[in-house]
Amino acid sequence: MSSNTAPSSSGGAGSADATSTRRHSKRPKYSRFTQQELPACKPILTPRWVISAFMLVSIVFIPIGVASLFASRDVVEIIDRYETDCIPTTNRTDKVRFIQSPGPKKCNRTLKVSKRMKQPIYVYYQLDNFYQNHRRYVKSRSDQQLKDPKSESDVDACKPEDMANGLPIVPCGLIAWSLFNDTYSFSRNKQQLTVNKKDISWKSDREHKFGKNVFPKNFQNGSLKGGATLNTSKPLSEQEDLIVWMRTAALPTFRKLYGKIEVDLEENDTIEVILDNNYNTYSFSGKKKLVLSTTSWIGGRNDFLGIAYLTVGGLCFFLAMAFTVVYLVKPRQLGDPSYLSWNRNPGGH
Amino acid sequence: MAGGKIRAKLRQSNLYTFCRKPKADETEAPRPIQGAGFTRTVYCNQPHFHQKKPYKYRSNYISTTKYNVITFLPKALFEQFRRVANVYFLLAAILSLTPVSPFSPVSMIAPLVFVVGLSMAKEAMEDWNRFLQDMKVNRRKVIVHKGDGVFDFRPWHKIRVGDVVKVEKDQFFPADLLLLSSSYEDGICYVETMNLDGETNLKVKRCLEVTSPMEDDGAFKDLTATIQCEDPNPNLYSFVGNLEYDRQVYPLEPNQILLRDSKLRNTAYVYGVVIFTGHDSKVMQNSTKSPSKRSGIERKMDHIIYILFTLLLGISMISSIGFAVKIKFSMPDSWYLRPDNTTDMYSPKKPALSGLIHLVTALILYGYLIPISLYVSIEVVKVLQASFINQDLLMYDEETGKPAEARTSNLNEELGQVDTILSDKTGTLTCNQMDFLKCSIAGTAYGVRSSEVELAAAKQMASDLEDRDDELANFPMRKHNAHVSWENGIGSEIELETVVTSNEDKDRKPAIKGFSFEDSRLMGGNWMNESSPDVISLFLRILAVCHTAIPEVNEETGSYTYEAESPDEAAFLVAARELGFEFCKRSQSGVFVRERYHHSGRPVEREYKILNLLEFTSKRKRMSVIVRDEDGQLLLMCKGADSIIFDRLSKNGRMYEEATTKHLNEYGEAGLRTLALAYRKLEESEYSAWSNEFQKAKTSIGADRDGMLERLADKMERDLILVGATAVEDKLQKGVPQCIDNLAQAGLKIWVLTGDKMETAINIGFACSLLRQGMKQICISTTNLDTLGQDSKETLCLFTNEQAVKDNILNQITNASQMIKLEKDPHAAFALIIDGKTLTYALEDDMKHLFLGLAVDCASVICCRVSPKQKALVTRLVKQGTGKTTLAIGDGANDVGMIQEADIGVGISGVEGMQAVMASDFAISQFRYLERLLVVHGHWCYKRIAQMVCYFFYKNIAFGLTLFYFEAFTGFSGQSIYDDWYMLSFNVILTSLPVISLGVFEQDVSSEVCLQFPALYQQGPRNLFFDWYRILGWMGNGVYCSLIIYFLNIIIFYDQAFRANGQTADMAAMGTTMFSCIVWAVNCQIALTMSHFTWIQHLFVWGSIAMWYLFLLIYGMLTPTWSKNAYQILVEALGPAPLFWSATLLVTIACNLPYIVHLAFQRSFNPMDHHIIQEIKYYKKDVQDQRMWKREASKARQETKIGFTARVDAKIRHLRGKLQKKHHTPVSTQGGMSPS
Repeated sequence: MSSNTAPSSSGGAGSADATSTRRHSKRPKYSRFTQQELPACKPILTPRWVISAFMLVSIVFIPIGVASLFASRDVVEIIDRYETDCIPTTNRTDKVRFIQSPGPKKCNRTLKVSKRMKQPIYVYYQLDNFYQNHRRYVKSRSDQQLKDPKSESDVDACKPEDMANGLPIVPCGLIAWSLFNDTYSFSRNKQQLTVNKKDISWKSDREHKFGKNVFPKNFQNGSLKGGATLNTSKPLSEQEDLIVWMRTAALPTFRKLYGKIEVDLEENDTIEVILDNNYNTYSFSGKKKLVLSTTSWIGGRNDFLGIAYLTVGGLCFFLAMAFTVVYLVKPRQLGDPSYLSWNRNPGGH
Repeated sequence: MAGGKIRAKLRQSNLYTFCRKPKADETEAPRPIQGAGFTRTVYCNQPHFHQKKPYKYRSNYISTTKYNVITFLPKALFEQFRRVANVYFLLAAILSLTPVSPFSPVSMIAPLVFVVGLSMAKEAMEDWNRFLQDMKVNRRKVIVHKGDGVFDFRPWHKIRVGDVVKVEKDQFFPADLLLLSSSYEDGICYVETMNLDGETNLKVKRCLEVTSPMEDDGAFKDLTATIQCEDPNPNLYSFVGNLEYDRQVYPLEPNQILLRDSKLRNTAYVYGVVIFTGHDSKVMQNSTKSPSKRSGIERKMDHIIYILFTLLLGISMISSIGFAVKIKFSMPDSWYLRPDNTTDMYSPKKPALSGLIHLVTALILYGYLIPISLYVSIEVVKVLQASFINQDLLMYDEETGKPAEARTSNLNEELGQVDTILSDKTGTLTCNQMDFLKCSIAGTAYGVRSSEVELAAAKQMASDLEDRDDELANFPMRKHNAHVSWENGIGSEIELETVVTSNEDKDRKPAIKGFSFEDSRLMGGNWMNESSPDVISLFLRILAVCHTAIPEVNEETGSYTYEAESPDEAAFLVAARELGFEFCKRSQSGVFVRERYHHSGRPVEREYKILNLLEFTSKRKRMSVIVRDEDGQLLLMCKGADSIIFDRLSKNGRMYEEATTKHLNEYGEAGLRTLALAYRKLEESEYSAWSNEFQKAKTSIGADRDGMLERLADKMERDLILVGATAVEDKLQKGVPQCIDNLAQAGLKIWVLTGDKMETAINIGFACSLLRQGMKQICISTTNLDTLGQDSKETLCLFTNEQAVKDNILNQITNASQMIKLEKDPHAAFALIIDGKTLTYALEDDMKHLFLGLAVDCASVICCRVSPKQKALVTRLVKQGTGKTTLAIGDGANDVGMIQEADIGVGISGVEGMQAVMASDFAISQFRYLERLLVVHGHWCYKRIAQMVCYFFYKNIAFGLTLFYFEAFTGFSGQSIYDDWYMLSFNVILTSLPVISLGVFEQDVSSEVCLQFPALYQQGPRNLFFDWYRILGWMGNGVYCSLIIYFLNIIIFYDQAFRANGQTADMAAMGTTMFSCIVWAVNCQIALTMSHFTWIQHLFVWGSIAMWYLFLLIYGMLTPTWSKNAYQILVEALGPAPLFWSATLLVTIACNLPYIVHLAFQRSFNPMDHHIIQEIKYYKKDVQDQRMWKREASKARQETKIGFTARVDAKIRHLRGKLQKKHHTPVSTQGGMSPS
């Protein structure tokens, strides 16, 4: 319309300047980032890539699998389940009462070494059906209290094992209270085998989580006795059984390190075990096992890792082959436009 | 149907003071106004009466904000917690304060506060902008009567009912006013209502005769009057009221009402009294609350959330039942848990209660399935995406200096799924500027410039033919005989044309506005040397005389500009001026034309006495003037639609008919508006007899007066002699035809909804290639006289009752549907054209689905003369009827309704007001940017968001389910295997950045490819990336990963030592390993999902994995008070253990294996389009084989029936058909193949 063309005489030039500067300020600044033009690599899954990726995986995985399997097979393990055998036959009808009755419950076991075991030989106890990972159980501890004598009464989290006789328990909580208390001593040919119980726990635990000047106090003094008692003259940092025990296991079946035997055991050696069967797993029908095991670089004996590696490696090899066959039998030239949707079904967009 | 009309239906008597004085005999009795709905009383010039009840009306302050300072917090919070997910998170946060919660309260509350805070800040920002906009309007100044005849400025918001205001030229009316008087002595004024209804022509308002003498400020000193009128209502076209003035009562009509937001044009000033203020005004009554829009993906996401919530509930139930069972049967035996001394949470005596409490714990624990971070991430991603849209230089308009603006960021991905575009016309498709481009005089065509449509079509055709050449070269088998021959035939023709036009394109100078004509034969007075200079001068005289415009002298240059109601009339006058016939003065009785080229060599000023003006109506489609020139010769000059003029030619007036018709067809095809010009010499006696009769009819009173006048006019406009025809280009905005073509090829449907007349709309349809020759036009109309053959006889006047009209429309719709069904030609295209009046019926409940069915079958749909409300209704109909995504684009206030109604509203931030932009979700400055907005940004955003959401669900399922599996091993006690901080950092620092980079930077193909292959866009509307198949696939993948991660780790770390030093894995070691596996697996997964790696993606993905180890390291260095069992876990326990690393490797590979296989399989057997294109690009095949690339790019365009590609195709088909008829025998032996 003509009114648009009519210049607004006086302020014309000034406003034009103003608009041009305003324009400049509103103009987006160019950068490859804002224009989404950053250099990029755009890898695509070509058959060559697919096959070589699968091949690579199988080439890497199969040796790892074989190595792990060998390592696992190298591990010698002696497992002795004793929770039933260590109860006198007469008491087997009511195991719980037997275990709760006072007095020593010694039990002798004989282990046979099937294969030469090189030191260090790790001694484990294994419990079963024991929910160390139960939320109520896991939460029932006081890290402050374990570390610092000043936090002795910091026991809120420890319920119901927080106080006994009106005083805070050190160490408090269900975990500590239920400390495993079977003991083992080993002998070979009537010769005592020392079990080294030092350094069975994490160093960081000993040094930073369990105080050197925190001593057990008022422990197992409640109406209900749980597991082991602790030597009140030893600081917590030296109570390695407790430290190991306090590392709650992830699964209801777990092993915990008991100690190390630092001599080699020869094949066909017979090992006498004298054990104190104190711990009550009978209420919840949990098994108790004594395990002697060597280790390799993958740890204890577990074939699964090797098998899994071999399976995945094998699968990848198979896939590599399968895709090779597929690409040979039904090749698709890459970037072949005839595969575009409008060429495959013309008109049927 | 190429004919055009130039002006809206305006009552001549009201318009032109020089024709006839306003009727004095209009003494309609004032209607009694009382009762409900008519309670408003306005004391004119006495605003103090309106200070207290009951006459205290709303102030003129307008507010469109959602909140104010006080209501913001509660209202915004309420809005936030309408989201189900937020309520859930709130509940979880509240419960986290109780001991029931497995997590610390901070980890639950902080993210919620962040999410809600962010959204609320966004709301506040938007509302603040609205407030600023309102204030800008409220503070506008207007001149108000302050008393004693003194007028002064006052801001709009202080205007009260009863105030007398003075509005000057080109100002907006501050409220609804009653027009009292204007600068014209008979009290008329011109009003532009573009913002109200989108009509571009000016409207004339006329005051009551009694008030018209109040022409200066002083007249209002003692004015008192009372208005009784209707209550505020949204009806723009009606007004009922009485003015009581001087103890006399006068009836008021809509004609005296000036509506807020319309603009005074062509009139120096008007006085008016305020009737409706602020939100009472009609335009505000019309406005609707802007709805909050959500994208389709977001809605679907809700469904997924529901599914996940069900899953969550399911596993929580399983957990709590399991817990209850465990607690009842096995806990009493587990002495180490002290079952004898428990709270209700673990009470074996009340397993049901404990189970119930545990349900809450479980709901919080498994809350990772419903990621709160998803909302944060999506919010962040969308803001970043929006900033990319804002920053795009290719959507920045240098002329207006406006970049594109994503005003709401939550619809980005919806842009990639649009199915139907509903577009406004004026200001959106066109610039509302007419250019005189061509004419045909005495059977000779003048004007060498091509219209934009022609240029665009020629360009397209040329490149198309090139492609076809390629095709022929590459596929000789497909070659078919006719190809070659027509190829040569048209190919060269088109090439020539292209050469010509492209040369011209360059030197197209920014000429005189409205005049793009170029032809040396006519310009500079050369017409005098043409073969028939008499006819040419007559032609130009008709242009200069037969109109209703007013000239305006530019005082600086002395040149004339013209104030006409329609821009094309102005274009005629400019053309006449440029060619030497300058219309320079209009007096009461005549028109003065200065003729620059005269035999004498000097300019001559001639006067033409206007005796009669036979007005233009949409029914008549013509206008005429009867003039007496200086020689006393009586002439009737007539211009009108060609069909009308041709019917009225005399026998000897048909000399140029054939040639002119041919030219008219060409013009029509080129998208130009055409008018035919004719004249007739009148005998004095004949005229005087007719004139008497006409005068008598004019003064008669009666129902049939108009009919009589029309019959008389008809009697005069006969035996005309054809002079020629004009072709005016309704200037399209830059790039509009190409944009429409490309959008059509991307498979989008385009509807045009315009407030303009049908003819204008049809012309624009042609110009935009929405219509073309050979397309079957289905005009559904109540004034359907010549468009639909068989109905033409039943003229509308006969339809007095509604039902009959309705039946008729129903009939038309069913007939048309039938016709489409019976059509066998696959190339046949239909266009539906419907006008607003008809639409009112067609949109009624019983008919709308029929109508929609018909409309969907048509290639293009044009709705003309539609009101803003109807625009919104049509949009709603399409949205709800088809269930597809709709996009509405418009520039004016009249488009606000449809912009708000559509799934996506796009506003053109052009010259018009800001209302459309304020209501829109996206603002662009030119229509053509829509292509980039949709095809590039929309496509990207859609894929990004879709992939991102899918991945998010995958990742959280993979993570969340491991928690559940672990539960089964802890007696469902609610313990999690991971440290609290691991879990918190999972969504915050370990996986968020990669997924955000996926959502922000991912590009399946580059932007050029998006534009070259519009078919890729269809992946959005067909929702290939967010269908249930895909979503469930991703969820399945998540479940698979969770199983692999959990069980492999459990078995690997089962009970034996996990390192050579004999230590067994405790919960912390196992949890940390498992978590490492998750971090690796999900980050590798996202790397596989991405196809575009810039340094940012690399940094984020691999950085996230590195971050995990860094986190572990740092977390492990904190004192055990903080890190608990994670203290030094990496350094001391896990780092030296090969099992830790080998487990991570195994699990990561195993998790991603199925996806790689799926990907490789899909790529080799069922590649998607973007896969192929990626490959082509990867191997640089597009560079090596450019022909193939071009061919595919052209094939990627959708079969379309609109756009000029379709037009070219149709033309080629047409020519081919002709050629095949000629060549009965095949030229080559390769015949027999059917045309592709």
